[in-house]
Amino acid sequence: MTVDQPAVLTLKNVATLVNRNTPNETKILKNLDLQVFPGDFITVIGSNGAGKSTLFNTISGDIVPDEGQVLLNGQDITHDSVEKRTKFLSRVFQDPKMGTAPRMTVAENLLLAVKRGQKRGLGLRHLHANKARFKMLAATMGNGLAERLDTPTENLSGGQRQTLSFLMATLNRPEILLLDEHTAALDPKTSAGLMEQTSKTVAEQQLTCLMITHHMEDALKYGNRLLVLHAGKITLDVRGEQKAQMTKEQIMQLFVD
Amino acid sequence: MSLITSSIGQGLLWAILGIALFLTFRVLDFPDMTVEGTFPLGAAVTVTAITHGASPLLATCAGFLAGACGGLVTGLLYTKGKIPILLAGILVMTACLSINLRVMGGSNVSLIGQQTFFSANFFQSLPKYFDSVLIGAATILVITGLVALFLETELGQAFIVTGDNPMMARSQGINTDNMTILGLTLSNGLVGLCGALISQSNGYADANMGIGIIVVALASIIIGEVVFGDLTLNQRLIAVTLGSIIYRFVLLLVLQLGFSTNDLNLISAIILALCMMLPNLRNSLHLNGILRKGLSHNDR
Repeated sequence: MTVDQPAVLTLKNVATLVNRNTPNETKILKNLDLQVFPGDFITVIGSNGAGKSTLFNTISGDIVPDEGQVLLNGQDITHDSVEKRTKFLSRVFQDPKMGTAPRMTVAENLLLAVKRGQKRGLGLRHLHANKARFKMLAATMGNGLAERLDTPTENLSGGQRQTLSFLMATLNRPEILLLDEHTAALDPKTSAGLMEQTSKTVAEQQLTCLMITHHMEDALKYGNRLLVLHAGKITLDVRGEQKAQMTKEQIMQLFVD
Repeated sequence: MSLITSSIGQGLLWAILGIALFLTFRVLDFPDMTVEGTFPLGAAVTVTAITHGASPLLATCAGFLAGACGGLVTGLLYTKGKIPILLAGILVMTACLSINLRVMGGSNVSLIGQQTFFSANFFQSLPKYFDSVLIGAATILVITGLVALFLETELGQAFIVTGDNPMMARSQGINTDNMTILGLTLSNGLVGLCGALISQSNGYADANMGIGIIVVALASIIIGEVVFGDLTLNQRLIAVTLGSIIYRFVLLLVLQLGFSTNDLNLISAIILALCMMLPNLRNSLHLNGILRKGLSHNDR
């Protein structure tokens, strides 16, 4: 595979252990290497326990790898905290409840996302000055979120909450966007809507994005690159034309092995 | 009449404690037991400072700082020491019991004949108990204003979201440990300040004056919530003060019924338990339906 640009994110020989120094010690990620290039929209699939979530947690800083390095634009960030990494990284979780503050309103949540990864001081928050912009942004999502800016997010539907989480993750353009099965908890129609929106935003903002999904169709339909993870290793990494020619059957085959 | 004035004054002074616990128990979702130690700590430090010749203002500030230090320790034990929430608070509370005795050099210190906020000449010309009403009102006004303003800042919003959804807070780059420490320090500073003012109003500090005060503060918060219902954050801050005054009236009523002051902790606990059960009781007994029926014109 030939790519001219330098990688934005690099995982070098990354291994993570659970139950370290006990007889039950097991490796989750088995010395995994991955290079993510600017503009990559990577769909990640794999069976349960393959290490998909561990991979994301390693990138986000929730897990510090036991071996290997995580590099951002060549800089070693292996030991940077979750908070520090939010400067360049944002994430949407599977559970709609995880990405939003329930008792705060939609606008307040968005306002928090404006300053993602930045220092927060004693300056006033300027909620009103931002509302018009938030309304416009929310309207692009087309699911009534724009009319509910002053509603506490606990009163939103799961779909609206997840749309809000996605909006918050992309409001302040991240260098890397992690989508952790972000449509899995939604009904098929809402899920499809958010997926379309995701694809549109990623294209418009030219985001570099990794997306875990269990939907084989989504994995094939979206993105320019496909990763299959199996037992802590990348067993398939295809991009561009090669990816476009993959079929569901070929991928299922990989799971059987 | 003077009993009512006294209740209002006490309600206003104790409302500081209500605001402090509102910040930890409600906003930060942190059940902070430190309070029962930092309240007498604030009182002990203030009274001791006054008896050693410090001005009431300086002594009161010292009470605030002493309380804040207690909160800081709890925050560090919880975030850096990974000690469970309740235990971290109980540890500092217990430690404070000894510290208070050391500070005061005994189990109580009197302020008789000393200068306090309440002994200013100006207050002598006013009817009885107006001193605590004025001092309480001024203090709670300033504190409510400052807290409301703080919660509107970027830092304040980060503080709120830490209590609301810590996972999301971290994913927005907010250091939740620091926010917890900040909240506990601030809150216990206010608790110390409340102890400082109450001891000056009472005219003494006592090592046991912190016992049961968590219930007192929670009662004022919850009475405010039950009485005033759905409110915005700023309105809820004000409801805490009103709840605190209502709570004092309830106590006054109970004392008038012939209970002694020794019964107050039991009564406070019962009041709090009732208020906390009320929303559920309302549903299960269909009280709302009955009330609405009784109040509507058209009873079919």
